[in-house]
Amino acid sequence: MTHPFLALTDADVEEMLRTIGVASIDELFRDIPAGMRLGRSLELEPALSEQELSAHLTELAARNVDTTRELSFLGAGVYDHYVPAVVDAVLQRGEFLTAYTPYQPEMSQGVLQSIFEYQTAICELTGMDVSNASGYDGETVAADACFIAKHATGRTKIVVTEATNPQVRRVVKTYAPGFGLEVVEVPHHDGTTDPDELGQAAEDAAAVIFQQPNFFGCLEPAPDLAAAANEAGALPVAHVDPLSLGVLEAPARYGCAIALGEGQAAGNVPSYGGPHYGFLASRREFIRRMPGRIVGETVDVAGERGYVLTLQTREQHIRREKATSNITTNQTLLALGGLVYLTWLGPQGIRELGEACLSLAAYAKQRLQEVAGLEPLFADRATFKEFAVRTGRNAHDVIRDARALGVHPGYALGRDYEGLDDVLLVAVTEKRTPAEIDRLAAVLAEVTR
Amino acid sequence: MKLIYEKSQPGRRASAIPRHEGLPAPEVPAELRRTEPPRLPEVPEFELVRHFTELSTRNFGVDTGFYPLGSCTMKYNPRINERLVGLPGFAQLHPHQEDEGAQGALELEWRLDQILREITGLDAVSLQPAAGSQGELTGLMLVRAYFEDRGESEQRRKVVIPDTAHGTNPASVTLSGYELTPVQTDARGNIDVEDLRAKVDEHTAALMLTNPSTLGLFDENIEELERIFHGAGALMYYDGANLNAVCGISRPGDMGFDIVHINLHKTFSQPHGGGGPGGGPVAVRGMLAPFLPVPVVVHRDDGSFGLDYDRPKSIGKVRGFTGPFGVFVRSYAFMRMYGPRLREMSEAAVLNANYVLARLKDVYELPYNRLCMHEFVLSARRLKHDHGVTALDVAKRLMDYGFHPPTIYFPLVVPEALMIEPTETETKETLDAFCDAMLAIAREAAEDQQLLKDAPHDRPVRRLDEVRAAKNPIVKYEFDRHPTPDEQ
Amino acid sequence: MGAEESYPEDLKYNHDHDWARVEGDEAVLGITWFAADSLGELVHYEAPEPGASVAKDVSYGEVESVKAVSDLLAPLSGEVVAVNQKVVDAPETVNEDPYGEGWLIRIHLSDPSEVDSLLDLAAYRQVLAEQ
Repeated sequence: MTHPFLALTDADVEEMLRTIGVASIDELFRDIPAGMRLGRSLELEPALSEQELSAHLTELAARNVDTTRELSFLGAGVYDHYVPAVVDAVLQRGEFLTAYTPYQPEMSQGVLQSIFEYQTAICELTGMDVSNASGYDGETVAADACFIAKHATGRTKIVVTEATNPQVRRVVKTYAPGFGLEVVEVPHHDGTTDPDELGQAAEDAAAVIFQQPNFFGCLEPAPDLAAAANEAGALPVAHVDPLSLGVLEAPARYGCAIALGEGQAAGNVPSYGGPHYGFLASRREFIRRMPGRIVGETVDVAGERGYVLTLQTREQHIRREKATSNITTNQTLLALGGLVYLTWLGPQGIRELGEACLSLAAYAKQRLQEVAGLEPLFADRATFKEFAVRTGRNAHDVIRDARALGVHPGYALGRDYEGLDDVLLVAVTEKRTPAEIDRLAAVLAEVTR
Repeated sequence: MKLIYEKSQPGRRASAIPRHEGLPAPEVPAELRRTEPPRLPEVPEFELVRHFTELSTRNFGVDTGFYPLGSCTMKYNPRINERLVGLPGFAQLHPHQEDEGAQGALELEWRLDQILREITGLDAVSLQPAAGSQGELTGLMLVRAYFEDRGESEQRRKVVIPDTAHGTNPASVTLSGYELTPVQTDARGNIDVEDLRAKVDEHTAALMLTNPSTLGLFDENIEELERIFHGAGALMYYDGANLNAVCGISRPGDMGFDIVHINLHKTFSQPHGGGGPGGGPVAVRGMLAPFLPVPVVVHRDDGSFGLDYDRPKSIGKVRGFTGPFGVFVRSYAFMRMYGPRLREMSEAAVLNANYVLARLKDVYELPYNRLCMHEFVLSARRLKHDHGVTALDVAKRLMDYGFHPPTIYFPLVVPEALMIEPTETETKETLDAFCDAMLAIAREAAEDQQLLKDAPHDRPVRRLDEVRAAKNPIVKYEFDRHPTPDEQ
Repeated sequence: MGAEESYPEDLKYNHDHDWARVEGDEAVLGITWFAADSLGELVHYEAPEPGASVAKDVSYGEVESVKAVSDLLAPLSGEVVAVNQKVVDAPETVNEDPYGEGWLIRIHLSDPSEVDSLLDLAAYRQVLAEQ
């Protein structure tokens, strides 16, 4: 029986077995003890043809309410930004899609040069000197930064703000015991973090992680937070929204040692949480501690410029138990999507995009007040593209009722923060229009009456 | 070829952001405002497309040709998977969507979970880890949590790893706070059981093993290994990198392993993407289920699917959300196109590998004289000794023949190693063409060493100076002051 | 570009291919030709700080080539009095002159009796024969 992904004919098999010198395919498995053979068929549903598969998955997809079927103001770490057609046009090229990690540079100049260009883009956004080729996501790169900081400072405490994404904090705490690190949180006050309080907590810390804009969408006093960390001898680590960096200052310029974050907003579709990419960049002095792959420029024997993986001794396949991390497969294709997107965007584009988010979010705050009588939770704080709003009802009920009217109004902050059970985190990207925002306000007015 | 930054001209642009009238002005407090714009490229859309198209022509993928990288399983990536993962119901689904609005996604995850249980012969699954190495780390965290729960964590500090292990294994051991106990390989390519016996005791937490090993050999003493480890109260961890050899034929759970990670980007066709993404789900024996990362996908009595966060013994989270969902879609689709025929996939992979081995073993040195599984290791040691030609030279010359080279210099126990994994998605003609090329190169090694030393001749670049790259790393474009090749 | 293979008579050696030149109550430490040749051209030297303590058979730093990184295992214990900046700036000096310009650190010995446990040239040649 043929299969589209298998090619051996009976004639092939016969000739091959003869060359090998065995009588049957079964004989090739003779080293497996009888007691360990499965001895039966896998109990799985029969093979589907491509057509049948397509029908099945289309049916599954149809039972998901995605952002094309529901007007959504969900954010909280993953955002509905516009992904232009050129991203897919590039990512679907088989030479990129189906290539392996570029360990043979002469076969992989396409991937290597792309990564070099991506590293450059990340350094431009963050102001840093070195970027790696990507990490798994915005959560694990935060854990990576803790590992860098431990080795750089010799200290074993990590300080993270409560206003940092809860999943980031959770992942850092999951990795910390294995690294021999202790994690301490600094609470927020009315939506942001107090630099003095942070400074005190940072006294014997290896690193201080804060998010900008933070999980509530609020703008932290980032330069003061970085200064407080530096005073205490801890490395300031900024977890940033890449698309905010057209209007917000680059972390390197206000004293940060490391800048990182979730890259998804820049060029990846939401895709129910992944795959996306984490970006990680630092000042030059940490280059040898940087986990993951780094592409460097060099020349070939004919004097032509070319690109190679460099400083590979840091990686698992040479240093083995002394590696800076165990990462091998990373998120190259998604980071390539990020590069294509940032190239499409350009310097004017990223500024305009930031301004659009600011204006539309400000408009949303206004309309929610005017039409639905809903006040922002942290009214005195400047925000970027997200803000928290009190609804006066349990947020899950508000969401349910709003969704029945075709609108998802935002994330229920009470899932992660005590005392905020009636609060929604509303995200407004450049994909939203004033008319859509008016609709949100009308729906919320209705369901919070 | 120029960098995109070198093609940039001020005033050019591909993007257009919609504007609206009458909105509040955008405001950022002065002390937080951007001072210098980022120097992103300024190019029109068609230059962007040309640039990346040209870059792609300087790259080689499985779609381009034969890619026998040992331990990577470079098999065909079905195109239907790309279409399916792009369906809006998957691509545009927000991960914070309420469970009621994500039933299709949750069902897919649950079904994938069930298939992985059947394939591994184990009881519970977490889909969360983003790659094999993250799966390993998760697995070791599970080991630690298990022994902590039993009050044995102080006592059990050591993890045993064979010297043929993939480098991620020892790195994962370090990152999870364990000590490494290396164990030797015997002349047949198995773990040296006598060496092992001396090293396993009540201080051992776990074994990390790939079976078949990185040598492509099924450990003949697996039953004895199981007795030794479980006898000492330790756990057995299976690195699933080589699962392509035994799918539907032998299951890690039946071999005695308690924790398994699977590489969705190897065995189950997630495209490698130039380095990622991947997926590294873990499957575990029942007693380890309480420790799995949160959330876990559940299928309720009313038929609905949901996410369970109420798991007090969980190790926590290793990655955001439920994991790399797009990777699940592709792997699930791949598995559904095989069903029980996954067995034929492994049989073809093993047949292809043994065929190539049979054709090459007389000319290249075969360190372990056994049938292989889905991959095998040759040594170019004789060529080095007789003609001064190394595995590296063979690899570079293969490029001139239109093939991607195999993995070289791994595993470390074989000098001048060439690790070859054809996979099942290759015709006999392709295998023969590869073997013919390898045999031709061996002849060239005897007759014209310089031809090999100067290879590759036909790629976009010749051999690159990696020493230079490491000494003074240039890791980004320096705009006005980017060094020219002479200055570097 | 490296030096010719050689192993000076007047040095002491350990099993990890490190050498020591004992000078009274101080010693100069480095790695042998064999170690440098195995690694390939060195690209980085991670040196200890002056004043740091060094313990016999414990790593005091690292050297890196493109393909590998190697711990530097101290043959003798003591306190670091000098670090060879030339090697920090140009690590390939070790390949060119492993016993002269390519010295790595100078230490003040804390336990001179440890010298007796090191290998002389003949014993080290045995170690090389077994590689």
